[in-house]
Amino acid sequence: MTRLAVLVGTRKGLFVLGADRKRRSWTIDGPHFLGQVVNHAVLDPRDGRTLLAAVKAGHLGHTVFRSEDFGRTWEESQTPPAFAKADGNAKGETVSHVFWLTPGAAKEAGRWYAGTSPAGLFVSDDAGRNWSGVEGFNAHPDRRKWIGPPEDAPPDGNTLHSLNVDPFDPDHIYIGLSAGGVFESRDRGATWSPLNKGCAGFFPDPEAAYGHDPHCVRVHPKFRDVVYQQNHCGIYRLERKADRWHRIGDNMPKDIGDIGFPLVLHPRDPETAWVFPMDGGTVWPRVPIGGKPAAYVTRDAGKSWRRQDKGLPAAQGWFTVKRQAMACDTLDPLGLYFGTTGGEVWTSFDEGESWQCLCLHLPHVYSVETALVP
Amino acid sequence: MKVLLPTPLASYTAGKREVEAEGATLAQLLADLDRRYPGIRFRMIDEQDGVRPHMRFFVNRVLVRSIAVALAPDDEVLVVAALSGG
Repeated sequence: MTRLAVLVGTRKGLFVLGADRKRRSWTIDGPHFLGQVVNHAVLDPRDGRTLLAAVKAGHLGHTVFRSEDFGRTWEESQTPPAFAKADGNAKGETVSHVFWLTPGAAKEAGRWYAGTSPAGLFVSDDAGRNWSGVEGFNAHPDRRKWIGPPEDAPPDGNTLHSLNVDPFDPDHIYIGLSAGGVFESRDRGATWSPLNKGCAGFFPDPEAAYGHDPHCVRVHPKFRDVVYQQNHCGIYRLERKADRWHRIGDNMPKDIGDIGFPLVLHPRDPETAWVFPMDGGTVWPRVPIGGKPAAYVTRDAGKSWRRQDKGLPAAQGWFTVKRQAMACDTLDPLGLYFGTTGGEVWTSFDEGESWQCLCLHLPHVYSVETALVP
Repeated sequence: MKVLLPTPLASYTAGKREVEAEGATLAQLLADLDRRYPGIRFRMIDEQDGVRPHMRFFVNRVLVRSIAVALAPDDEVLVVAALSGG
């Protein structure tokens, strides 16, 4: 019988929360990779079996582990993602950590993509055993310009995240660069174009091609060309015909604003999305506004938003929800899940109308993904 | 020659902290170690052949910074995972 798994990547290991499809009774399995950072763990929806985890040990650097028995045994990648060796005395780049893992298109069994810090793109065609660089991005002459100098990078370093493969075109890939912006390739990563028109950025030029800071970009799995992003500078929906972002976060309550990290799309409704706003005022505290955590949902593609905080702390709730740390399942009604920097996992089984704490006392949560396991 | 490994690397050697490997340089020794224990080199040496930030190599108890350093057959190589993090 199919079971639901919630994969929780944390600063000190991977935990797997499990339940049947009714989601009434839960188990917890783990930690896997105790003491190691797990930035992301994803089950391959194409085979329901291959589980990949992006792991970094403090002394040993980064790697990718894979399992085909849902974590009973793990096998390390034989060739983890790594930048090309520099020529001669040139200073080459080294991967700090693998940040994002994305399975390839439905018909491309075994293909996976990985995004790293510093921002690099890697691909595997053997289900994560061996990785090679996508040199169309990693060696692109403008890449350095796009990602900016290290001193401008986010706290954990410049990062390639939000790897999305267009469900209608396996050659079409979207990526997010923090900082840098949203970029897309229509030829499997050989060439790249910025996709940032209409998006507010840090540069004085409102039409700057790059230099933006997407926090989370989501491409709808079922509806063509439906793309949303939670950016450092607001919530946006892409108008694909004009290739221009429209700031739907302007319709959020003014006292809440539209700053945050994660964004979740309803898998069956292209007009429904959730965000988890953070305080982007003053010195950018990046905590729930006023210490009152809440999700916000739109049911009309961003024309309006509604607060969803029933069950969440009414006051003194100061955790952060990171960009990879909010997800949904595909059951009906939809289940929502988010993990916090305080090691809690919260869930809603009624599409955000009410929340309950599923798990306490985990390490700082970096990522949450769900999977239906055959 | 004798190679002494820190606990973070023990998962690559079936728990052994003391192993044997050969090489006329530290680089060759690490390549031989990787043949015997696949994947272990990359956990010490990055893709640019640099020593990872918190790894240290001692040859006959003397700290060495380069993997090009020459080794003799009866040398002892000690790998230390230096303190870091929190």
